[in-house]
Amino acid sequence: MSDTPVVQMLGISKIYPNGIPANQDVNFSVNKGEIHALVGENGAGKSTLMKILFGFEKPTSGTILIDGEEVTFASPMAAIAKGIGMVHQHFMLVPSLTVAENVVLGMAPKKSGMFIDFKEAVRLTEEYAERFHFDVEPNARVADISVGMKQKVEILKALVRGAKVLILDEPTAVLTTQETVELFRQLHELKNQGFTIIFISHKLNEIKELTDRVTIMRRGKAAGTYDTDAVSEQEISRLMVGRDVVLEIEKTPAEPEEVVLRVENLHFVNEWNKRMLNGISFDVRKGEIVGIAGVEGNGQRELVDILFGLISPEKGSVQVNGVNIADKSQRELRNMGVSYVPEDRMTFGIAGTASINENIVSDRIASPAFNKGPLLNMRAIRETSQHLIEDYAILCKSGRQHVNMLSGGNIQKVVVAREFSADPLLIIADQPTRGIDVGATELIRNKLIDLSREGAAVLLVSADLNEVMELSDSLIVLYGGNIVGYFDDGQWDDVMMGEYMLGLKKQSDEEVKRACHA
Amino acid sequence: MLKQLAEWVFQVEFLFVILRITAPILFAALAAVVAEKAAMSNIGLEGTMMLSALFGFLFAYWTQSWLLGVLGAVIVGTLLALMMGFFYLEFKTDIILAGIAVNMLGEGGAIFLLFMFTGLRGNTAILVTPNILIPTIDIPLIKDIPFLGKILSGHCILTYIAFLLVWLIWLLLYRTPLGLNIRAVGESPQAASSVGVSVKRIKYIAIAMSGALAGLGGAFMSMYYSQGWNQGMVAGRGFIALAAQAMGRGEPVGAMLTSLLFGTAHGLSSKVAGLPNVSSFLVSMIPYAVTIMGLFIYAWNRTRKLKKRGIRRLTGV
Repeated sequence: MSDTPVVQMLGISKIYPNGIPANQDVNFSVNKGEIHALVGENGAGKSTLMKILFGFEKPTSGTILIDGEEVTFASPMAAIAKGIGMVHQHFMLVPSLTVAENVVLGMAPKKSGMFIDFKEAVRLTEEYAERFHFDVEPNARVADISVGMKQKVEILKALVRGAKVLILDEPTAVLTTQETVELFRQLHELKNQGFTIIFISHKLNEIKELTDRVTIMRRGKAAGTYDTDAVSEQEISRLMVGRDVVLEIEKTPAEPEEVVLRVENLHFVNEWNKRMLNGISFDVRKGEIVGIAGVEGNGQRELVDILFGLISPEKGSVQVNGVNIADKSQRELRNMGVSYVPEDRMTFGIAGTASINENIVSDRIASPAFNKGPLLNMRAIRETSQHLIEDYAILCKSGRQHVNMLSGGNIQKVVVAREFSADPLLIIADQPTRGIDVGATELIRNKLIDLSREGAAVLLVSADLNEVMELSDSLIVLYGGNIVGYFDDGQWDDVMMGEYMLGLKKQSDEEVKRACHA
Repeated sequence: MLKQLAEWVFQVEFLFVILRITAPILFAALAAVVAEKAAMSNIGLEGTMMLSALFGFLFAYWTQSWLLGVLGAVIVGTLLALMMGFFYLEFKTDIILAGIAVNMLGEGGAIFLLFMFTGLRGNTAILVTPNILIPTIDIPLIKDIPFLGKILSGHCILTYIAFLLVWLIWLLLYRTPLGLNIRAVGESPQAASSVGVSVKRIKYIAIAMSGALAGLGGAFMSMYYSQGWNQGMVAGRGFIALAAQAMGRGEPVGAMLTSLLFGTAHGLSSKVAGLPNVSSFLVSMIPYAVTIMGLFIYAWNRTRKLKKRGIRRLTGV
C-alpha cells in the first residue's frame, strides 16, 4: 500500500435527464494497493459514481485521473483498457456458457483464423485461477455452479482483462459466512500482489474487518474519507444516514399460539431433475417469526414458490389455517390472509410504470372501499396510499410518481407497505431487505417484528445470515433440500449456522421434528 | 386414402420434390434461427422474401445472369433487415412492429415496384428466360447410386446451399467468436456489454445475416421454384419458418427437421389436389394446418414438461 492515488475522481457531478442529481461535486481518491470501502444508503450515489468510473455512464461534469493521467471513458471497454475491472452485484455471466467461455467472452482466442480455440480458453482460465488460487472448474456450465463460484468467475474475468483496480459491488450480499471468509482471503491476496480494490458494501462489520480506508456517501455527495481504523461502526452509520441507526434489533419474546402455516413432507424435483426439496415439514405459529437460513440454491426458492402457489410440489401438502392450498390461486391465497414479499421485487413485487398509489392498492383494488359504481374511488385510493407513504416513510415526490423512479429501498417500502397493510395472518418474506439501505432495512425489520407480535405468523427467508439470526424466534436451516437443523432457543451464532448451512453438521431426525408443533 | 398417402411419401419423385419444397422454408427458418439467437424475432421474413424475390428476379432479368440476380436478392434482403434493425436499435421501435412494417411493404410495395419497373401487373412470367433461372446440377457419383441418387442429385444449386447452410450456421453459432457473441448477446446482453461486446453491433450483424438468408429464400422462389415472380408466391413461408424455428428449439438442425416436416405437408397437399372429388381450397390448407398442429403439439409438449416440473401458473415473466 502506498499514498500514490491510482484513481482520482474530481468534482464529479451527474444529473440524469429526468433532472435527478445522482452525484454532486464528488471527490473520490483511491491509493494504489489499498482496499477502499465505498459506503452509503441506496440512492446515495455510490453506484452512479462507480458506473462513471467503469464507463457505463458519462459524468455531467468533473474529471477522472488514472495514475495521474486524465481519462474519459466512452464505454466499459475504455475503462477495462485502463485497468479498471468491475464485479457487478448482479452477475454479468451468460448462464448457458461454460466458465471458460464466460471468461474469454469478447476476447475469445482463435485458431485457424476464425474458430474459437476452446483449449486455449480453458488453459487461460486455469492459468489465472492457479495464479490467484481460485478454485474454479473451467468446463462447468455457469448455470450449474454456486453463487460463490460465479463471483470468482467474475473476478477472474476482470483479472484476465488486465484489471489493476477491482470494483466489487456488494460482493458479500449473496455469500455465506464461510464464502465471505474465503472472498476476504482472496481479496487480501490480491492486495498483497499489488491490486487495488474498491469495495462497495452496506455491512459495516465487513468494512471494519477488510478495508484500509472508507469513503462515505450521502445524498449524492461525499461525506468524507477516513482511515477505517479511525472510525467506529456507529460513526460510519451516522455519517451515512445523518442519524444513529439502531444496529441491534430489540424485540420482546414471542408468545406463539396456534399453527397458521403447516408444511408437510414437501418434495420437489426441478426441470433438470435435480431434487430441490426432499421431504420438508415444519409449522409456523401465530405470533412467531420462523427464519429459514441456508446457502442459496438449497431449496428456499422452490419452498417459497410452492407456498405462494407459483409451482406445485411433487409430493406433500401445505395448509394455511387448516385449509390445503393446492390449486388455490394467488388471489384466493391473499383472501385467506397470506401476504408475500417476493425476492425479485422488480418482477413480482411492483408494476414499474404504474404509480405508487396504484401499486399500493393493487391487491385490494376489487374491494368496495375503492370502487364507486363502475369507476374507481380515486380519493379513497389516494388517501389510503398517502397514509401508507407516511407510515412507511416512502421518499417520493407524490403518490402519482412511477414506482421505478424510486431507489431500491423505497421500491421495497412500497411492496412492504402493501403486503403488511393487508391485515395478514401469514407473511412470507423472501429476502425482504436485500440490497436496500440501512434506513429502509431497519424500518422493514421493525415492522416484521411488530406484525408478528400483533399476531401474524411470519416466515422469513433470507440469505443475510445476520438478518435471520436477529429477527427469528426459531430458525430452520435448509441444506440440499432437507431441514438439517431446527433451533428455538435463540442460542445461535454465525459460525455454528455456517456449519449447518454448508452441510458440515446435521441434527438428528428427532431434533428436526421439533419444527412441527402437532 | 392413407395408404395412398404413404405410397406417395416413399416414392423417389416425391422425396425429390420434398427437398425442393423444403429449401425455401429452410432458408427462412435459418434466418429466424440466427435472429432469434440474438433475441430478435424477425417476423419480417415474409415481406423480406417477397421483395428479395422480386429484386432477385429483376436483377437477373436486367443483367441476364442468375448469379447476379441471387446476389441482388441477398443484398435487398440484407438491406431490408438492416432497415428493421435500424428502427429497432436506433429508434427503439418494437421489432415486431418493424417486422410488420416490412411485411406490409412486401405485400403492397412489391406489386407497385414491379409495375413501376416493368409495367407488368401481378407476375413476371413473360420475362422469364433460361439465363434467369438458377440451374440444377447433377452430382457425379451420387447420381448413379440407385434410389438415393434420384432423390439427392439434380437439384437446384440453392437447394444444396440451403442444406449446407444448416451445418455452416451451426459452425458459426457454436464454433466462432461471432457465434459466441451472438449467443451471449441474445441470452444476457448486459453480460456481453460488460466485457465490451457491442450489443448493437452484434444485433445488426445477426439481423443482417437473417435478411441475407431470407434473400436466398426469395431468390429460390422467383428464380427457380415459381419460374418467375408472382404476387402470391411466398404464401406464408416466412411465417411457417418462424414456426419451424420455434419447433426446432431455435437450433439449426432442429429447424431443418421441422422445415422438412412442413415441406412434406406442402408436397402432400399438391399431390392430394390431383385427386378427384377433393376440394382444392381445402387441400391448399394442408401445410398451414400442419403448421398449426405442429405448433400445438410443440406447445402442448412444453406445457406438459412445465407441469411435470410443477409450474402450474406462469406468473410474471
